[in-house]
Amino acid sequence: MSTQIAPVALLADRFEYVIGLEVHIELSTRTKMFCACPVTFGAPPNTAVCPVCLGLPGALPRPNSEAVRFAIRLGLALGAQIRSRGKFDRKNYFYPDLPKGYQISQYDQPIVEGGHIDVPAAGGGVRRVRVERAHLEEDAGKLLHGEGEARVDLNRAGVPLVEVVSAPDLRSPSEARAYVAELRAIAEALGISDVRMEEGSLRVDANVSIRPAGETAYGQRVEVKNMNSLRSLERALVHEGARQAALVGAGERVRGETRGWDEARGVTYAMRLKEGEDDYRYFPDPDLPPLVLADDAVENERNALPELPAQRRSRYEGLGLRADDSALLAGRLGSARYFDAALAAGGDPRDLATWVLGEGSRIENEGGPSLAAGGLSPAQLVRLLARLREGAIARTAAKGLFESLVRDGGDVDQRIAAEGLAVVTDPGALNDAIERVLAQNAKAVADVQGGKDKAMGALVGGVMRELRGRARAPEVEAAIRARLGLA
Amino acid sequence: MSAAERIDAVGLSRALAAGTVRSADLARAAAQRVGTRDGEVHAFLAFDGGRLEALAEGADRTRAAGQARPYEGVPVAVKDNLTTTAFATTCGSRILEDYRPPYDATAVRRLEAAGLLVAGKTNLDEFAMGSSTEHSAYGPTRNPVDPTRVPGGSSGGSAAAVAAGMVAWALGSDTGGSVRQPAAYCGVVGLKPTYGRVSRYGLVAFASSLDQVGTLTRTVPEAGALLGIVAGHDPHDATCAAEPVDDYLGAAQAGLAEGEAAFAGRTLAIPREAFGPGVDPAVAAEVEACARRMERAGARLREVSIPSLSVALSAYYLVATAEASSNLARFDGIRYGLREPGASVLDTHRRSREAGFGEEVKRRILLGTYALSAGYYDAYYVRAQKARTRVRDDLFAALADADALLTPTAPDVAFPLGAHSADPLAMYAVDILTVPASLAGFPALSVPAGRVTGLPVGLQLIGRPFAEALLLRLGAAWEAMAPWPLPDMGLADAATAVEGGSR
Repeated sequence: MSTQIAPVALLADRFEYVIGLEVHIELSTRTKMFCACPVTFGAPPNTAVCPVCLGLPGALPRPNSEAVRFAIRLGLALGAQIRSRGKFDRKNYFYPDLPKGYQISQYDQPIVEGGHIDVPAAGGGVRRVRVERAHLEEDAGKLLHGEGEARVDLNRAGVPLVEVVSAPDLRSPSEARAYVAELRAIAEALGISDVRMEEGSLRVDANVSIRPAGETAYGQRVEVKNMNSLRSLERALVHEGARQAALVGAGERVRGETRGWDEARGVTYAMRLKEGEDDYRYFPDPDLPPLVLADDAVENERNALPELPAQRRSRYEGLGLRADDSALLAGRLGSARYFDAALAAGGDPRDLATWVLGEGSRIENEGGPSLAAGGLSPAQLVRLLARLREGAIARTAAKGLFESLVRDGGDVDQRIAAEGLAVVTDPGALNDAIERVLAQNAKAVADVQGGKDKAMGALVGGVMRELRGRARAPEVEAAIRARLGLA
Repeated sequence: MSAAERIDAVGLSRALAAGTVRSADLARAAAQRVGTRDGEVHAFLAFDGGRLEALAEGADRTRAAGQARPYEGVPVAVKDNLTTTAFATTCGSRILEDYRPPYDATAVRRLEAAGLLVAGKTNLDEFAMGSSTEHSAYGPTRNPVDPTRVPGGSSGGSAAAVAAGMVAWALGSDTGGSVRQPAAYCGVVGLKPTYGRVSRYGLVAFASSLDQVGTLTRTVPEAGALLGIVAGHDPHDATCAAEPVDDYLGAAQAGLAEGEAAFAGRTLAIPREAFGPGVDPAVAAEVEACARRMERAGARLREVSIPSLSVALSAYYLVATAEASSNLARFDGIRYGLREPGASVLDTHRRSREAGFGEEVKRRILLGTYALSAGYYDAYYVRAQKARTRVRDDLFAALADADALLTPTAPDVAFPLGAHSADPLAMYAVDILTVPASLAGFPALSVPAGRVTGLPVGLQLIGRPFAEALLLRLGAAWEAMAPWPLPDMGLADAATAVEGGSR
C-alpha cells in the first residue's frame, strides 16, 4: 500500500479523475431472459439449460415480460424516461461462453434513457451523476479454468441483465463507490436483483481517465474490470488513477486498453489493447418482434414502486438519526427493514440505530447472522432495550444476551430470568464481589489510593466480571470508592 | 394411368379409412420407390424403411382400434434443416454431420401429433443456401423428370422425393424461393405460407426474417391438408402469428370442385416485369397462356408494374446474407458438430468453420459480415431494408384491387447440373421472381403450368398476408382445369380396389 501513497498525493494535487461506470445487474426473475430455464446460482454446471440458452440449431428466443417489468421499475427509480417502443439487437462476437456467437442486447433503443443518481461529492455537497441509459440483455455463460483446459458452464447463459451506463460524471474513487452502493441499494429496494458483487450478480466495469485539474477535455480512458466488492472497486480506481498520474508525470502516454484488477496484489494489469472501437456488427434481432410496452405498463410499475433508499434516508434523518447512520441503515434493505419493524414495535430510533449498526453489524462482520436472518426479532430487541432502560439488565449483560439471541434465538425475559442476568440489587452480593476483587488486586488498590484514577477501571472491570455483567458500572465504581474511603 | 395411380393423399385418407389401403402398404411402397429411384435421384440424406414400416404397422393397429386421425400412417419427408430426434439433422453440411438434436421442430411435432410418419430427411443446399441442391456436402440431388438436370433448391430433396413418387407429402423451407422454385422445376405443388404462419422453432435458421416452413405435394388439396396440420401459433417462436388457422383443405377442395367457376369475377394482377427481360420467353409464353385460360374462365387480368422488382434481388441477398452471417456464428466447434482442434479457442473456431462449411456458405457469411460492418451498415443493410419496405409497399399496392399476383415461379426451367456452378450471380438470378414475396412476407403458391422442352414450368400466385385459403382455392381450380400427371407411387397393386380419391 505504501507504494501508492506518493502517486495518490500527486494525483490529488495536479490531476482530477474522470470516471464513468457500466454496471451489470443480474435480474432475479424466475426464468431466463429468453427461455423457461430457472435463474439459479451454484447449481451443478450445465443443469439449468435448454435448447434456447444452449444456442442449439433451430432454437428461438422468446422475451421474458418479468425482466421487462424489472427494467421499467429501475428506470423509474432513476428518474429516467421509459421507451414505450424499442427493439432487441444482436451483438456479434466469438467467445466460448457465448453459445450463439452473438448476445441479444439493445443497441440504439435502450428501454431506459436518462435519469440520475446523487452521491456525496468528494469535496463536500452532492454530485448529480447522470445515467445515460440502461438496457436489457442476456448474460453469457462462465468459463471454468482447470489444468490445461477450460470448461464451459452455461447455467448463467441467458440470465437477464440490465446494464446501467453512467455519464463520465464521477470525479473520485469514493464517488464511484457511493454511486455503485446507491445503485445497489436501489436495485435491492426494488426487489429486482440479489445484487451480490461477490457472486457476480452485480458487476462493475469502470472507464477511468485523469486530466490536469482545470482541464475540460478528457484524457485517454482505460477500462478496468474484475472488481468483486465495493472496496475493491475503490481500491482499483485509486490504483489506476495513480498509475496514470505516474505515467503522465513521467512524460509517458496512457494507452487505451482494458485492465483487470488483481485483488491479491492490489494492482491493475493489462488484459488487452483497444485498437479503435470493436466492431460488434449490431443489427436488429430478426427473431424478436419490436418491444412494445402496453399502455399501462409504466404506470403499473410506478404505482408499485416501494420506498427508495434516498426517501428512506431522509425519513431516518427526520427521526433524529445522524446522516451517516441514516445512510448506513438505508443502504442495505435487510437492516432497513429490520430497523423499521423495530420502530413499529415501539423502539426508540436512536437507541435502535446504535444497536443495529453497532452490535448488529459487528456480529455480521464477524461471520454471524445478519439481524434480518438471526434469531432476535425486532419486537424482542425492543423489549431488550426496554429492560436496559428500566435498569432490569446492565449494559454488558445486555450485549451478551443480544449476541446470544441473534445467534441462537430465544425470549428476552425468559433468558434474563433463567440465566440470572438481572442486575444485582442485593448490597451484600455486590460487597462480597468488591471484597474479592480488592483482595486480588492490591497493586491497583494502591494505585487508586495513590491518586492514579486510571487504575479504577481494572477494579470496576473485575467486579463486573465477578457479577457476570449484572451490575451498572457507575454504581460499582461509587461502591468501590466508598469502600476505600475515597468518596 | 389408372384411377388408383391418380389418387392423392386426400384420397388416401379415404382409402385408409375404408381399409382398402393400409399404412404398411404405403410404407413398403415408399421404401421400394426409394430403393429403385434414390440411387440416382439422391433425394434422401436419411431414410429408414424398417422404422417406417414398424410405425406404419402401429398406425394400422391404431386404425383397427378405431382411433385413427384423418392422416394416420401417411409417410411424409422432412427437409434436413428441420430438427428431428429420430434422425440426424445435418442441414446438408459437414459441420453438422451426424448431429442428433435433442428436440423436434414444432412443425415435425405437429406432423407426428397428426399421426403422420416421418419417413426420412431430404437433401438440400447446405443450410438452405442455394437454388439447385448442388451445394450439399453430401452430393447433389437430381431432378426425377430429367436426371441430368437439377431439381432446383434449396428444398430440392423434398421436391424430388415427391416428384419421384417416394412420398406424397414433404416439408421444405423457403427463404427466397426454396420451396416454390424446386416445386416448379420438378412439376409438383409448392406453398410458401405467410411469414409467421408456421412456427420456425426447430427450423435451423438461414435468414430469420425470411425463413418459412413450406409444403411440397403432388396436388393442391394435399398442400392445404399439410398446411392445416403444421400452421398455427407457437409460443416457442415470437415471430409466429396468432392468426386463426383457416380450413385450407376445404378451400382447396372447393376450388377443385368449382374448376373454371372459381375464376369468375376474380382479378389477377400481372406484373409486366415478370414476363420481360431476364425471363425465358418460352416460360413467359407458357405462363401467359395459362393466364389467358383463367381469363377465359372469367378472371380479369390486370397488368401492373412492380418497379421495386429491379432492386428486390440485391435487397434479398443483402438481408439474407447479413442474417446468415450471425445465425451461423453458433457453429464454432465448441458445443456440437464438427470440431477441428486448434492452438487456441479462436483457432479451434477458425479451423472448425474452415473445415465444416462449404464454399457457398462461406461466401454468404463473408458477404453478410461485410454488409453489417461498421461504415458499411448504412450503405448496405439499412438501404436493403428500405428497398424491402418498397417491395412490400409495391406488392400491397398491386394487390389492392386484385385477388392475387400471377407470375412464372422461376425465369427458366430446370438447368443441367453444373450449368451455374462457375457463376454465383447467375445462380442468384434464378430467384428473381420468388424473392419479392419472401421480402414482403406474403404467401405464394407454385403450381405446374405446362412444359417447355419437356420440362415442367411453374406458375406462381402471390396473395395478401394470410390469404393462403384463397391461393389454394385458385390453385386447386387450376388443377381441375389443367390436371398434371401425378408421380407413380408404386401403389397400383396395393390400391387397385380404390376408386378415385378427391378427383
